[in-house]
Amino acid sequence: MPTVSMTVNGKAASGDAEPRTLLVHFLRETLGLTGTHVGCDTSQCGACVVHVDGKSVKSCTMLAVQANGAEVTTIEGLANGELHPMQAAFREHHGLQCGFCTPGMVMSAIDLVRHNATPSESDIREWLEGNICRCTGYHNIVKAIQAGAQAMKG
Amino acid sequence: MAEDMIGASIRRTEDFRFLTGQGHYLDDINRPNQVHAYFLRSPHAHAKIRSIDTAAAQSAPGVVAVFTGADIAADKVGGLICGWVVTDRHGQPHKAPPHPPLAQDTVRYVGDHVAVVIAESVAQARDAAELIEVDYEMLPAVVDTAKALDPDTPQLHADAPGNLCFDWELGDKAAVDAAFAKAHHVTRLDLVNNRLIPNAMEPRAAIGEYDGGADSYTCYSTSQNPHLLRLILCAFVLGVPEHKMRVVAPDVGGGFGSKIFCYAEEVVCTWAAKKVKRPVKWTAERGESFLSDAHGRDHVTHAELAMDESGKFLALKVDTIAGMGAYLSTFATCVPTYLHATLLAGQYATPAIHANVKAVFTNTAPVDAYRGAGRPEATYLIERIVECAARELRIDPAELRRRNFIRPDQFPYQTPVALVYDTGDYEAALDEALKMADYAGFAARKAESTKHGKLRGIGLSAYIEACGIAPSAVVGSLGAGVGLWESGQIRFSPTGTVSIFTGSHSHGQSHETTFAQLISDALGVPMEKIDVVHGDTDRIPFGMGTYGSRSLAVGGSALMRAADKIIEKGKKIAAHLMEASVGDIEYSKGTFRVAGTDRTKSMAEVAFAAYVPHNYPADLEPGLDETAFYDPANFTYPAGVHIAEVEVDPDTGLVDIVNWVAVDDFGKVINPMVVEGQVHGGIAQGIGQALLENCVYDKESGQLVTGSYMDYCMPRADDLPSFKVGMTETPCTHNPIGAKGCGEAGAIAAPPALINAITDAIGIMHMEMPATPEKVWQAIRQTRPAAAAE
Ligand code: FES
Ligand code: FES
Repeated sequence: MPTVSMTVNGKAASGDAEPRTLLVHFLRETLGLTGTHVGCDTSQCGACVVHVDGKSVKSCTMLAVQANGAEVTTIEGLANGELHPMQAAFREHHGLQCGFCTPGMVMSAIDLVRHNATPSESDIREWLEGNICRCTGYHNIVKAIQAGAQAMKG
Repeated sequence: MAEDMIGASIRRTEDFRFLTGQGHYLDDINRPNQVHAYFLRSPHAHAKIRSIDTAAAQSAPGVVAVFTGADIAADKVGGLICGWVVTDRHGQPHKAPPHPPLAQDTVRYVGDHVAVVIAESVAQARDAAELIEVDYEMLPAVVDTAKALDPDTPQLHADAPGNLCFDWELGDKAAVDAAFAKAHHVTRLDLVNNRLIPNAMEPRAAIGEYDGGADSYTCYSTSQNPHLLRLILCAFVLGVPEHKMRVVAPDVGGGFGSKIFCYAEEVVCTWAAKKVKRPVKWTAERGESFLSDAHGRDHVTHAELAMDESGKFLALKVDTIAGMGAYLSTFATCVPTYLHATLLAGQYATPAIHANVKAVFTNTAPVDAYRGAGRPEATYLIERIVECAARELRIDPAELRRRNFIRPDQFPYQTPVALVYDTGDYEAALDEALKMADYAGFAARKAESTKHGKLRGIGLSAYIEACGIAPSAVVGSLGAGVGLWESGQIRFSPTGTVSIFTGSHSHGQSHETTFAQLISDALGVPMEKIDVVHGDTDRIPFGMGTYGSRSLAVGGSALMRAADKIIEKGKKIAAHLMEASVGDIEYSKGTFRVAGTDRTKSMAEVAFAAYVPHNYPADLEPGLDETAFYDPANFTYPAGVHIAEVEVDPDTGLVDIVNWVAVDDFGKVINPMVVEGQVHGGIAQGIGQALLENCVYDKESGQLVTGSYMDYCMPRADDLPSFKVGMTETPCTHNPIGAKGCGEAGAIAAPPALINAITDAIGIMHMEMPATPEKVWQAIRQTRPAAAAE
């Protein structure tokens, strides 16, 4: 079994991974970072979104070995002492209910804001094409992301 | 502090752990030495199993065990049960054919459980399952609900002749026939309530564990009702004493009904844990969720509405065929009967109603409660036929509804279909919704759209639901196998912190916040000193769980009763401490006062005295820890009006929802932010049903065509608008909170509002859901020649 090494949330991490092991399973099972979720088997729900070298990636569509040497940020790595502004905005605007889609939503939203500092409602709705939420109807997620984007500026 | 608790949009306690990736969903839990289960599922809709050869799988790498239906039968594991016995028109109980957790000699739907492989890793279990050889003898399948009763249709179960589960009726048929005979106008409508797949974002999962020393089991399950699951697992399936089974439902990622039921997988994992002497874990792949989660809806209905000259409703008759799938799921039978036909009065004073419901078996996944459960089906048919009636009579649809509403002075109102509505003000919600939607300005907006080549439509839906499920004696008399009360426990610690234990279960509903708000207000304890505990049968009192928008109305009421007991005991303690008589103690928001004086004791002082009873009433037990059970006197009746406005592109058939107004009466609201969130989510699922979602099985082969997110169209952010949410309030008259429940309203109200708007835009009477661009485009093509001829 190959050994895979990467930087996860700022710390060196390594472990054995079968060639077929997906990044999401490596994070969850080998590294114990269970904040990244698995909601589907066709790469469509976005519950598994993490950042790899600064870009949002569905960690179910990437093999662990492909992330060898990469910088990975998961939902566990966002808050340092206090919530990241995007996390805080989700709380303030009730952008989560059961919380299962939330890690992927937050990671995806942060990447959106890096591309587009002041996204409109339709920018946000379009960007979230790859993130499914069954609970919120997206209304409050959209509000949260707009507020989060604003807060990330300051 | 305490004054502002009720009605305050307090930010949620549960959010921190979810936002930082520290939730504990089931798949996040791993037990020492655990092994993994993979289920081999039937690839056929209907087949006899001639033989199963598991030899190669048994010896594959990492495999610990392979079990089939024969092993289940040898251990006398019972079948899955249906907990509600419906009595048919002839006084006979419904047909409940055996539902084995692993198939015995026949498979009856694609996804039916054939064998389980248990291995060191999921991958090894999956690889080994491919080595199992099953010799199937194909049988013809019945897939179409509407055709299941046809004479030449193949039959699924030996003991359900003609695929009929029950033929049931409600209401006074003679009165309805008499009303139709003298009717001025009759509106008729055939419609289908399309089958849906619930799709909570967290797939179902289970871990079974057996402790040989204690001879006891633990089942971790993605359950909405851990005690109910324990009861079924123990008393009906595994034959284990209830006190030897702990069920834990940790953070659960959405349920929408689909996680109420006892499923084969949790049975098999729990049973197998003892066989292999190791914890057995299973997590569904999304594909398995599509195949084997209980589906929702699936009604085929003919309805007729009789009216007099002024458009007053005289009578409604409804004939429905309801698909049950291949086997009866836990509460399947009550959905098309007592949660559907009993709601057929809607918000209207229709004097006579009759419903006939025939439930049928088909070679498809079991069907059971899904957000709304029966009430969306009732509302869809009422609000569609009322809309059609308005168009036929050329009466404004809002006006026709207004003419027929039950008036405020008619409450309590006995409907002709068993329920007694306690309170409501339907016109108030309609007026508010019309105002918020600028109904009066619609004609101008339509003219503007027409100029731009777009078709604009507006649609109303005035819904009612029966929630706060449910008065035990009533549901017992109708066939329920359980009581539907709820429990609550409030436990103070000596330092004045509080643990609340509830039989309700939160899987997105925010109980950790709203229940704490409720008790903070009642007992004057700050929110941060309160924890809400749920989901573990070893920690909470026996409880019935969360479904049917019941948590606050029933579970919250149980907690209020427990709070009353705390206050009552606290008064005795405070009286003793202040050397006053109990009758002179007044209580308000955490403070006990000797009436007419400034002598007070706080709740914290009383709690301390209860646990450190050095100076304490001689005849009083120490401790401050009270439990209450609450059995509601009636259902609650949330109601409201939703208005959808759409613009349809005639060239593409694309429907753009340009405005959505929801005005709901949920009675007393504890946390408006949470309630609005529930409304948004419900509307999204309702729009999903009306516009996007459809469970399709191939009519010949019974293969699930919509078995992934590639083929089953889930609502995405860019399919939906933002919503305008308003509220009216008539508090529930019979529970201590005045709350009615809000979880299902949106899913109930939205589909007819949207189909009414789309058909209004196109100028047709009816269109089946989902209104896909293709269907809409075809419908527009068909109306074009007519339009040209005018
Ligand atoms: S798990 Fe669904 S997209 Fe990755
Ligand atoms: S909050 Fe439950 S799926 Fe999004």
